[in-house]
Amino acid sequence: MSQRPLHIIGKARRRVDGRAKVSGETRFADDLILPRMLFCRLLRSPLPHARIVSIDVSRAQALPGVHLVLTGADLPTTFGILPVSQDEHALCLDKVRFVGDPVAAVIAQTELLAEEALALINVKYEPLTTIASPEEALAQSEPRIHDYGDSGNIHKSVAMSFGSVEQGFAEADHIFDDTFSYAGNTHLPLETHAAVAALDPDGKLTIWSSTQTPHYVHRSIAKVLALPPSRVRVIATPQGGGFGGKTDPFNHEIVICKAALVTGRPVKICLSREEVFYCHRGRHPVLMRLRCGVKQDGTLTALHLQTLLDGGAYGSYGVASTFYTGALQTVTYHLPSYRFEGCRVFTNKPPCGPKRGHGTVQPRFGQEVQLDKIAVALGLDPAELRLRIVEKPGALTANFLKIRTIGLAECIRSVVRRSGWADKHRKLPYGRGVGIACSSYLSGAGMPIYYNDMAHSGVQLKLDRSGLVTAFCGAAEVGQGSDDVLCASVAEVLGVEIADVKVVTGDTDLSPVDLGSYSSRVTLMMGNAAIQAAERARELVAGPVAAKLGVPVEQLVFSHGRVFPAAAPETGMSFREAVIIAEAVHGTLGTTGSYKPPKPAALFKGGGVGPSPTYSYTAAVIEVEVDPDTGWLHIEKIWIAHDIGRALNPTLTRGQVEGSVYMGLGEALMEEQAFRRLPPKLSGALVHRTPSILEYKSLTSLEMPDIDTELIEDPDPSGPFGGKEVGQGPLLPIMPALANAIFDAVGVRIDEVPITPEKILKGLANLQAGKPARVGPKGFPTVPYPEPLQVPTPWQGGDGRAVNDAVRSKDKRAKNV
Amino acid sequence: MLRLPNFTLLQPQTLSEALALLAVDPHNTAILAGGTDLLPNMKRRQQTPRRLISLRHVSELHKLAVSDAEIRIGGAVRLRAIEDAPIIAEEALALRQAVSQIATVHIRGTATLGGNLCLDTRCDYYNQSEPWRQAIGYCKKKDGDICWVATSSPRCLAVSSTDAAPALMALDAKVQLRSVRGDRELSLSDLYHNDGIHYLTKRPDELLTQVRIPRRPGLRSAYWKLRRRGAFDFPLLGVAVAVQLDEEGLVRDARLALGAVSSQPILVEEAGKRLIGQELTNDQIDEVADAAYSLAKPMDHADMSLSYRKGMVRSLVRSALREVRGDDIAADRQRLMRMLG
Repeated sequence: MSQRPLHIIGKARRRVDGRAKVSGETRFADDLILPRMLFCRLLRSPLPHARIVSIDVSRAQALPGVHLVLTGADLPTTFGILPVSQDEHALCLDKVRFVGDPVAAVIAQTELLAEEALALINVKYEPLTTIASPEEALAQSEPRIHDYGDSGNIHKSVAMSFGSVEQGFAEADHIFDDTFSYAGNTHLPLETHAAVAALDPDGKLTIWSSTQTPHYVHRSIAKVLALPPSRVRVIATPQGGGFGGKTDPFNHEIVICKAALVTGRPVKICLSREEVFYCHRGRHPVLMRLRCGVKQDGTLTALHLQTLLDGGAYGSYGVASTFYTGALQTVTYHLPSYRFEGCRVFTNKPPCGPKRGHGTVQPRFGQEVQLDKIAVALGLDPAELRLRIVEKPGALTANFLKIRTIGLAECIRSVVRRSGWADKHRKLPYGRGVGIACSSYLSGAGMPIYYNDMAHSGVQLKLDRSGLVTAFCGAAEVGQGSDDVLCASVAEVLGVEIADVKVVTGDTDLSPVDLGSYSSRVTLMMGNAAIQAAERARELVAGPVAAKLGVPVEQLVFSHGRVFPAAAPETGMSFREAVIIAEAVHGTLGTTGSYKPPKPAALFKGGGVGPSPTYSYTAAVIEVEVDPDTGWLHIEKIWIAHDIGRALNPTLTRGQVEGSVYMGLGEALMEEQAFRRLPPKLSGALVHRTPSILEYKSLTSLEMPDIDTELIEDPDPSGPFGGKEVGQGPLLPIMPALANAIFDAVGVRIDEVPITPEKILKGLANLQAGKPARVGPKGFPTVPYPEPLQVPTPWQGGDGRAVNDAVRSKDKRAKNV
Repeated sequence: MLRLPNFTLLQPQTLSEALALLAVDPHNTAILAGGTDLLPNMKRRQQTPRRLISLRHVSELHKLAVSDAEIRIGGAVRLRAIEDAPIIAEEALALRQAVSQIATVHIRGTATLGGNLCLDTRCDYYNQSEPWRQAIGYCKKKDGDICWVATSSPRCLAVSSTDAAPALMALDAKVQLRSVRGDRELSLSDLYHNDGIHYLTKRPDELLTQVRIPRRPGLRSAYWKLRRRGAFDFPLLGVAVAVQLDEEGLVRDARLALGAVSSQPILVEEAGKRLIGQELTNDQIDEVADAAYSLAKPMDHADMSLSYRKGMVRSLVRSALREVRGDDIAADRQRLMRMLG
C-alpha cells in the first residue's frame, strides 16, 4: 500500500479519555455501586513483628449487619508478583511482619459497621524481635522475617563482574570512591486503591480494581482461590495514578473475591490513605558505594557499584529491584569494565517495590553526582565531560545490553544551549547555581515476570459495516494515556479518524493479554502489536477494494476516512464503504497483532533484568537559588530534553515529562517514607511516621517551577512509529541535577536524597568549620555479597554467558544443604 | 475509606439558642465552626463528640464590623472573608498575612476565625488514626499515659498550630466568650494555657463569639510563617509583630508573638521592653530575635527537625521586624513562602 505522511501520530491532540476525566464522568473503582453490595474493611497488625497465637472473631461475627469475617486460615495459599517470591498471604496466617499487615477482614452492611466490627476481633500476639534497618537485618540472622531467601534476613544478594575492573582501576589516572544514600518514598497516587468483586449470574467471578496489572492480578486470584482462570475476570478501572504502586496483586483484591464467593453478594473495598502507605511497594531506601576509575581526559575505565536495599517485609518485585540497582549504569556512558554487587534485606516495614524509575533512580543519583565531582576534580565542564563519554548508537554494553538509537548527546546540547549553561556554570554569584544530570530508561522490560514464550502484548481488531473499528487490548489505562496510544495507532494505520476507533482495554475476559502498565512497556509493545493488527486489517480491506476498483493493491491509500488509488483519489470510497465490500468478501472481519521483545544478548543469570527493545535518554539542567541563612531553596527553572524517538501525541509526551519532573522534584526536596521507633524500654512500636497525605510532604502544583521541555525526535526502528518511552526516564536526572546545582551555588555536596534546608545548613556549617562540605552517609557496611559471576565483555570476546556460573551454582547448592 | 462516627447534628438559628444547646451537655459537645479540622479528627477518632452544634445559621456570629475604635469579627466569620476585607489589609496586615497562609483557599472558604483560634493542638503522635495510635499504645493526649514527644514530660506537649492567634496577639486583640452563665472578655493571650490537652481557658459551655481588634493609627504589622510548602501546611513557626512608630521614627509600642513553638502562642514581652522609645536598628532587632529564640521550645512532633525550627526563630523575627521597619524584603517573603513557580 502506498506510503503517506502521518496524520494523527505526532500531532498534539486532546487525549481520548480527557474530556471524561476533566468533567468528572470517568468512573473509577470507588464510583462503582452494585445492588446488594457489601463493604469490606481490613484489621491490620498493630505490631511490627509477632507470631499470631490466636484470633477470636466471634464477637465481630455476632454483630448485626456483619455478613462475614475472614482470617488467614480461609485463604492459606501464598501469592506474590514474582514466581521466586510467593511470600504473601491475603490475611496473615501465622505471623505479622509490619505494622499494617492485614490479619482479618470484616464484610458488613456498611463501611462504618465493618470498621466497628474490627474492634471486636481479639488477636493474641507473641511479639518477636523487630528488625528495623538494613544494618540490623545484616547483623541479626534470627529471628528470620521469612523462612526463605539467601540467608538470615538477606532476601537476595547478587554479584556480577563484566570484564576486569581491577585492570580498569589500574589503567585509571584517578579513582573516585563515594557513598550515597537515597531515602525511601512512596507513589502517593491521588486515588487510593479500590476494588469491587461480584459473582456473575453464570457463577463466574468479576473484580473491578484500580490495578496497573490486571493480568497478574488474574493469575494471583485464580491461584489463591483455586479457580480456573477462565472463571475469573479482572477489569482494570481507569486510575487516578499508579506510578508502580498498583502493579502488585494485593491482599484486599483477593479478600473481596473470596468474600463475594462466600456471600454471593458484591463486595467493595476502598483503602484509606493510611492503608495505601502500608501497601506501599514504593522506592527502596538504598545505600550505595561507587568506585569509579577515570583517565585524565574523563574517559571512564571501571565502575564498581555496591548497593544495599531496605526491602521491607515482603518480596514484591524486590529481586528485580535489586538487579535494577545495577542494570542501567552502562547504557548512558561507555564503561569498559563494570562490577555490580547488590543486596536486599527484609525489615519489619511496609514492603518496597517498583516506583517510577524502578531501582535505577537511586544509583543514577549516585552516578550523576559522582560524575559532577569527577568533572570538578579534573577541571572539566560537567556537560562536556558527559558529551565525551556518551555511549554509541548500536553498542552492546559491558553487561550485554543492546543500545539502539541514543539521543543523549542531543539532549545534553539542548539543555546546555537553552539554559545558557556556558554563562552560568561556576559564573553565577554566590547562592545561585546550575547543575546538570542525565539518565536513561527502558522502553519495556525485555523479559516477562513469569517465564513464558508468549507475546507480551496482544491487540485484536473488529471491523464491521458500521465503519467502526474496535480495538481490544489488555493494557491498563492508569492515566499515562495508553488508551490514546492504542486508538491513535490503529486510526493512523487505517487512515480513519480518532472518533472512528473504540478501545476496549484492561479486561481479561474481553481483551487479549497485555502484561500491564509497568516498565514503560505499553506504548512500545502494545503500539507495535496495534500496528501489526491494523496493517493486517488494512490488507484485509484493501484486497477486495482494489479488486473492485480494478487497481493494484499497492496503489491504495487509506487516509482521512477514505480508501482510494493514489493516482485517482476521486475514484475511491469512504472507509465504511470499503469495509462493507471487504465484509462481503471475507465474512466477519477481525485481525490480531502481537509483540514480543527481541531475545536479550545477556545469557548470564540475572541478565533478564535490564534488556529492553530500546532505551530513552534524558538530560536536565536545574538553576537554583540557595539562601545561606535558612538553607531554603528556590528553583528558578528546569530545562529538560528527552529523547523520545517520536512523540506519538506531543501533548501527552510533554505531560509525562513534566509529571516526571514534578515527581522527581518532590523526591529531591522532601518526600520520605520515614518511620518512628519508640523507646524500646517503653514500647516495641515501629510505625510509619506520618501515613497521611498532609504530613507526608510532597509537592503540590503551586510549588512547581517553570519547566522548559524539548523533545528530541529521532525515530527508533524498534518503536511504534519510532516512539520510545517517556513515563519514567525524565524523572531520573532531577535529583542529581539539583544536588549538582546546589554545589555550584554554595559549594556544598548533599550526597543523599531528600535534599532539605537542614542538610544544606549542616553542609554550610561543615564548610565554615573547615570540615568537608558534605552531607551524606559516612561509610558502607560490610555486606556478604556472593562470589561474582564473571562475564567477559563483548570486546573481550564474551558471548553473554558467565564463565563461572556452573561452579557458583554448585557452591550455592552446597550452602543450602 | 475513613468514616465519621455517629453523632447528633444541632443547627441553632440564634446565638441564645446555640448557647442553650451548648449548656445541656458541654463535655460531649463540639462546636462545628467550619469543621475543616474537627471532622477529619473525628474520622480518626481523635475526638468523638456525641453532639455537634453548627454555627452556620447563627447570623450574629458571621458579622465583620468596624467602629471608630475597633474592628469586630464574629467567631464564625470565614477566613476567606477576613482575607478579602480591605480594612484588614489596611489596618491589621499581620492578620491578613496569617489568615491567607492557613490551609488552602478552598478550606478557607469554610474554615472560621473562631475555629482557627480554638484549633486543637497538634502532634505527630496524636494526629493519627485510631489503629496507628493503638500501635504506639496511645499517648497522653488521647487514651494513653505517656507523652512520646518527651517520655518524662508531666504534661502533653502537643503544639499550638493556630496562625491567627499570634497575629491577633501582636495586634492586641481581645476575645469575647459567652455562655448561658454570662459573658467575659479576655486578652487573646489569656485564652491559652501552655498544656497540649487543656490548651484553652475557654470553658466547655462557652462560645467564642467575637474578636475585637483595636484600631491604632500608623500601626505596622506583619506575620511570617515557616512551613514546608507554600501551598498549604500547618505552621512550624509563626512570627507576628505589630509596631507603632512616632514621628521621629522611635518605637511607641511593639508587640511580638510566636506561634507553633509551644502548646500555646507566646507573647515575647521582651520585645516591647527593649524596643519602646528606641529606633528599630539592626542591633535592636538582633536582641529581640535572641530573646524570642530563647523562649521558643519546638519539639520533635512535627515536620522538619526541631533544631532547624528553633534556629529559624531568629531568622523570621529579624525578617518580620525589618519588614515593619520598611525594608524591602518582599523577595525574601516570596522565597520563604516557597511559591517556586
